[in-house]
Amino acid sequence: MATDAALTTKGYITHHLTNLTFGQHPDGSWGFAHSAQEAGEMGFWAFNVDTLGFSVLLGVIFSLLFWGAARKATSDVPSGMQNFVEWVVEFVDDSVNDIFHSRNALIAPLALTIFIWIFLMNLMDLVPVDLIPHTAQLAGIHFLKVVPTTDPNATLGMALGVFLLILYYSIKIKGLGGFLGELTLHPFGKWMLPFNLFLEGVNLISKPVSLGLRLFGNLYAGEMIFILIALMYSGGLVVGLFGGVLQWAWAVFHILIILLQAFIFMVLTIVYLSMAHESSH
Amino acid sequence: MNINATIIGQMLTFVVFVWFCMKFIWPPLISVLAERTKKIADGLSAADRAERDLELAQEKAMDQLKEAKQQAAEIIDQAHKRSSQLVDEAKDQAREEGDRLLKAAQAEIEQEFNRAREELRSQVAKIAVAGAEKVLGSSVDAKAHSALLNKLAAEL
Repeated sequence: MATDAALTTKGYITHHLTNLTFGQHPDGSWGFAHSAQEAGEMGFWAFNVDTLGFSVLLGVIFSLLFWGAARKATSDVPSGMQNFVEWVVEFVDDSVNDIFHSRNALIAPLALTIFIWIFLMNLMDLVPVDLIPHTAQLAGIHFLKVVPTTDPNATLGMALGVFLLILYYSIKIKGLGGFLGELTLHPFGKWMLPFNLFLEGVNLISKPVSLGLRLFGNLYAGEMIFILIALMYSGGLVVGLFGGVLQWAWAVFHILIILLQAFIFMVLTIVYLSMAHESSH
Repeated sequence: MNINATIIGQMLTFVVFVWFCMKFIWPPLISVLAERTKKIADGLSAADRAERDLELAQEKAMDQLKEAKQQAAEIIDQAHKRSSQLVDEAKDQAREEGDRLLKAAQAEIEQEFNRAREELRSQVAKIAVAGAEKVLGSSVDAKAHSALLNKLAAEL
């Protein structure tokens, strides 16, 4: 809820969908953007502090939680946290073993990190939409998006990381020539080289784009619905109560979505890297 | 919602967390899981072995029990046999002893009898001589009639 100006529906939604951006103003001074337009004017070299902050915080939580369990892990009867962590690890390990048949020590930890980190970031979506931003506003922070995965920078950043791994392993396993050959000589033979390159290029580029945008789209839409439901709270008692019921229902449904999206990101990462390890033609 | 340098920051963060996970989280957990799998497998096979051992031990105990029973029966049998043998022996001995005693008694009786007869015989001879002396009124020459006397004594 914006403190300044009138509380309009459009303003409320826009406000919720604006990141806290730090960068260089057009006039040369560095600082936080005070509106979406200002953030846009900062160009590429600006940082969404909220996205980075929350994702790092959640990543640290994940690391410490699992690290603590890993340090104290024994092969005796597991209990509590170790039990849970082992369950997750076993689940991820099974998924990796099902899909990925080469040997690579990176894939399983990568999958685990993706799964839990994305899940935690998505989980922020279940925190009532106004709770953290409003608290932050009392502390003087104007914009705050608490769900890092509703920022395409976050999802595309991870997708780009996966993309670089795909390129790295494609070249490492098949050699530069083999990789280029895969890009240019299929599916129509060497006389259709430009056409092949176009097809395979789109195929290749679509991997990180679909990976990042799918996650972003789902979470952005989910967050949007939470915001729209939150609007009902200003519509009087009856509408507000109905809004409460709706929010509860959507949150329950959303638990499924956030788990599913984290799982999909993980599985697709494994699949893409598996394809990079095996020559498909 | 602009694409900006956040994307690079996010990528670097991602790399750091994946590296951390790969270095400190995954290996200990997966090794613990493998260890536990091995432990459980070992435990199960040990249980199997123990069960087999128990079965063998039970079989062995049963065999031993059977053998012991058989031995006990044999021993009892032998004891019975021995005791009846002893009884028989004792009976035989008793009979023999009885016979011996009987014979000894008979021999003694006979001896007594003979002695008494001898004595009687010698007395009869004397009496006869004395009777004859009285009848004849003279002494009988014992020497002259000794043959006759002896013949008489022998007839008694």
